[in-house]
Amino acid sequence: MKIPLSWLAEFIDVPSDIDVLRATLDDLGLVVEGVEHVGAGLEDVVVARVEEIHAIEGADRIRRVIVTAGAEPVEIVCGAMNFDVGHHVPLAPVGAVLPGDFVIAQRKMRGVVSNGMLCSGRELGLGDDHGGLLLLDDQPGVTPGQRLLDLLGIAPDIVFDISPEGNRPDAWSVEGVARDVAARLELSVREVEVAEPNGAARTDTFATGSIEAPDLCGALLVSALRHVTVTDSPRWLQRRLEMAGMRAVSNVVDASNYVMLELGQPTHPYDAARVAGRHLGVRQARPGEALTTLDDTERVLGQPGRGLGDTGVDCVIVDGTDAVIGLAGIMGGASSEISPSTTDVLLEAAFFAPMVIARTSKRLSLRSEASSRFERGVDPTLAERATARFVAILKLTSPDLEWLASPVRAIGSTPPIPEITVTQANIDALLGTHVPVADAERLLTAIGFSVQRRDDVLTVAPSPARLDVRAGIAGRADVIEEIARLHGYRRLERRTPTWPTPGGLNERQQLRRTLRDVVIGLGGYEAWTPSLGSDEDFDLLHPNVPRVRITNPLASDESVLRASQMVGLVRAWARNAERGLGDVTLFEIGTVVQHPATVTTPREARGGVDGASLVPLPSENERLMILWGREGDDARTAVAAWSVIAERLRLLDVVVRTSDAPRGWHPTRFAQLVDRETGVAVGSVGEVDPDLASTLAPSGRTAPRLAVIDVDIDVLADSDQVRRRSSLANVPSRFPAAAVDLAFVVPNEVNAHDLAASLRSASDLVESVELFDVFRDDSLGTGVRSLAYAIRFAAADRTLSESDVADARGALIAAATSWGAVLR
Amino acid sequence: MSTYSLHDLDQIVIDSLASVDALGTTEEFRERENELEGKRSPFAILQKTLGSLDADGRREAGARLQNARAAVRSALDAKWIVLAKAERDATLERDRLDLGDTVVSAITWPAEAGHSGLVASTQRSLEDVFVGMGFTVADGPEVETDWYNFEALNIPPAHPARGMWDTFYVELGEPETVLLRTHTSPTQIHLMEHAVATNSLPIHSVMPGRCFRRDTPDARHLATFHQIEGLVVDRGISFADLAGVIETFTRAYFGPDIESRLRPAYFPFTEPSAEFEITCTICRGDGCRTCSQTGWIELGGCGMIDPAVFEAVGIDAGEWSGFAFGFGIDRCAQMRHQIADMRALIENDVRFLRQFA
Repeated sequence: MKIPLSWLAEFIDVPSDIDVLRATLDDLGLVVEGVEHVGAGLEDVVVARVEEIHAIEGADRIRRVIVTAGAEPVEIVCGAMNFDVGHHVPLAPVGAVLPGDFVIAQRKMRGVVSNGMLCSGRELGLGDDHGGLLLLDDQPGVTPGQRLLDLLGIAPDIVFDISPEGNRPDAWSVEGVARDVAARLELSVREVEVAEPNGAARTDTFATGSIEAPDLCGALLVSALRHVTVTDSPRWLQRRLEMAGMRAVSNVVDASNYVMLELGQPTHPYDAARVAGRHLGVRQARPGEALTTLDDTERVLGQPGRGLGDTGVDCVIVDGTDAVIGLAGIMGGASSEISPSTTDVLLEAAFFAPMVIARTSKRLSLRSEASSRFERGVDPTLAERATARFVAILKLTSPDLEWLASPVRAIGSTPPIPEITVTQANIDALLGTHVPVADAERLLTAIGFSVQRRDDVLTVAPSPARLDVRAGIAGRADVIEEIARLHGYRRLERRTPTWPTPGGLNERQQLRRTLRDVVIGLGGYEAWTPSLGSDEDFDLLHPNVPRVRITNPLASDESVLRASQMVGLVRAWARNAERGLGDVTLFEIGTVVQHPATVTTPREARGGVDGASLVPLPSENERLMILWGREGDDARTAVAAWSVIAERLRLLDVVVRTSDAPRGWHPTRFAQLVDRETGVAVGSVGEVDPDLASTLAPSGRTAPRLAVIDVDIDVLADSDQVRRRSSLANVPSRFPAAAVDLAFVVPNEVNAHDLAASLRSASDLVESVELFDVFRDDSLGTGVRSLAYAIRFAAADRTLSESDVADARGALIAAATSWGAVLR
Repeated sequence: MSTYSLHDLDQIVIDSLASVDALGTTEEFRERENELEGKRSPFAILQKTLGSLDADGRREAGARLQNARAAVRSALDAKWIVLAKAERDATLERDRLDLGDTVVSAITWPAEAGHSGLVASTQRSLEDVFVGMGFTVADGPEVETDWYNFEALNIPPAHPARGMWDTFYVELGEPETVLLRTHTSPTQIHLMEHAVATNSLPIHSVMPGRCFRRDTPDARHLATFHQIEGLVVDRGISFADLAGVIETFTRAYFGPDIESRLRPAYFPFTEPSAEFEITCTICRGDGCRTCSQTGWIELGGCGMIDPAVFEAVGIDAGEWSGFAFGFGIDRCAQMRHQIADMRALIENDVRFLRQFA
């Protein structure tokens, strides 16, 4: 909200140092987003009358202009074309300093001396218009030589752009901000001038008002103003509205806006002649009712929205025939708008239930200055003072108006003002700082709270302008926050707490770190690929699979939550490959999801209104994927990398087992990583399907083999599913080991890891078994290959004899034979 | 140039279809496709002869030609599927590897250091600072219900404060019940619910994680980003403890010459609430463009747990009190490494990645 300093100064003696005021506002939580000096640099600008205009030889964009702004005519070279002899325009004489520290000096152009500058609105900081000079002829009493500031009735001002927090409905007004500053700086707040009803007749002889929906409207005050002259507002008032970011319209509308900005109460003026029955009623909209609002848009009302729990309640203003003429608290209807011919005005000042306004405003995507105040909570007791202020402002330009006596008042239900008990102990415990209750009493009283103090106990009733303050224990926190805020957060103490439990990472988090470290050690670069992708990308791997879709995506290529990291990582590789940097290993640790319909036991959590229902949720799965883009790498690189990872994680026995490849993977270069005992797959290894790779590769390029590891971290973290090696130490034998190589002709169906495991367990003397050669040749027979293992035998208590080794070797061969393997 | 007559069109089509059917490889296919559809194809040549016909003749012959071309095209399409599949099958068969047969000791790769992602390494440093201060670390889901993301945090439906978080909703359940978490705060609710259910209060935890806001990315914001959240629920915890923790963290992470300060703010889930600011890490407090000449930059939000939040999770606010704080991990990285444009974090350019540990 933009507040001119001059406006604030009507309420309080503002600090002379602007930086002090800015710091005070910031420290009160009224964050100053910007400070703008307006009208500065206009002190030297005067009104000049154009006397003569001459062309300059050889120049068609500038002219020589003679103006008078005093005794002597002044010669100026000017580039604007929108004026004529006799017009009044602003003149910045030589030596003037315009906004932006622009110094006006004597200049010579095309041989003509220019003794100053004629100015546009923008050059003076008085608007955006720079199409030509600011013409002043429509200003009453314009006189050459007069100071421009005097003519326009404006003074240099400073506009604070304040962004009040959501719990500060009171701070959306000049008076509310003034009250806060006054409380902190111990200043007094001045009352603004208000009018009294001056009509002989009672309001109810002319107009009526009623509330049919007391839950939606807590208070309605209808005033009748007769013999109103609709005209322009005074220039200073228009200027204030403009500085506050609003447009001047007419004195009636401006007065309403002025009071809203000043006191925080939105009001709405109606042309009484255009309100049937001169009656203003408040009720709930019936389903399907329509209204054309002031912005010339037809709104259909009473329709449930998409918002959670939105049943379609709209609060409307109706006339004497029960026809809808306004959307309460948000925007008026076009039919009863104030026009130049309006003579009688009905003014509505009301309190509307914040949630209703918030819902309607959200559902209709219709925000206004009024709705943003009502949805935060306007002081329910403010309507009368705001109306009186409105009349006082309007009288400045419509002095003969008659405000009928006893405005019509209707009452609904307003939020109760809670009574909150706050003790010295409460304050000290929450803040950890001793702020004496006497100080607290003073600070709270200064912002309009009523406080009774007995010893160390305060009984507090918050100001009606602070509907955010709740009852009970929550209200106590609210009140103590106010005390802390006004006392100053910076004056509060700090201490670093300690507790007897140690910090640390759990096993899952340590595992994640270990994984990351080992992949980095393998040369992996960590990528961050999008969690949200397109349907097309999803279909590449999971066509016709239900997917988790975003209801309100920003773009269609960010509308589906990923079920795999593969497409994202291949794209990340392709992006680098496009720049000639594809020789890289990328990896990502992140979450993928599955639609609950595709999961046997979907995750569920509390949700819906009041968290009263159980909502099925997507299953989330944390995964590691590594992708090799280096020329020459293939699925075997990935297998080797996996063996490093498995070793680093001390996995007991995970085998690389060829299996049918899911879509997206190379169909004949794919294996699952399976815990031999539990049978659980911890991940997969292989290559990206060459078709998918070429789809995603930079255009015109053949994708290399893209090797991939995909690991399910949820499974990996569960030692019931994937077994770890024992943590007990095994001291290696001091006696020499015997090395034996065994090569077998093995049926293709037999997995080399399964065979190795058999060999390992065939004799107690086996220290290690390692595959060192694979040989395929037709000479071996069909459907078989040769697997050669390097085996070490050792015993803890002796040097092995030849017969020990021979026995062990025999046991291993026998074990292999049971798999159909034949020693070569 | 060969000459063809429209009278032979039917025979030309029959011959063409037969030749398509006889194709054996994709290479032959491409050649034949060009012969049948290129500028020198019989159909293209016949097309040129249409000009000599009268209007009716032209219309009729034109239609016949079009049908002929369509017939050839569909035969080509069908054949392509067969040939491409056969070729793919042959390639895949040649590729076939039993990955279990991989001789690991035979695989080598270049000596090259890898690099942690900047967000991950920043998260790790932040976690380490908090672990050193006695915090444990907790994870939470990225897809949440409105209860965890909003309601339990004292933000009822349609509350204007929901406007503080531009939310991606998920097409599940009633509208606006399932969403991508907009902050890490829902993890607080999970932790507190769990602590109540297992009777395991107090809590001293930090919760890092990925969050989402429906916001067009720019140099300072990404729609996907990372936050770290802190939660302490214990007996006798006060605002002074909160301010002290923020201060200790600030110095430990950013350096001993960086200070913190708190300023009143509003968050529905804390009361009192504060924004916390730290000495500008660019100018060290002298005032610069980054800090708008104030010497301070905003880092995050914090406050004392609101009694309404305690009530939602079933913690007795008379016995327990606590505080929470949260801030952006990406933003810390941005500040520490002076990253001009946050979008560099999601572009995964190896030249960017390799600059960091």
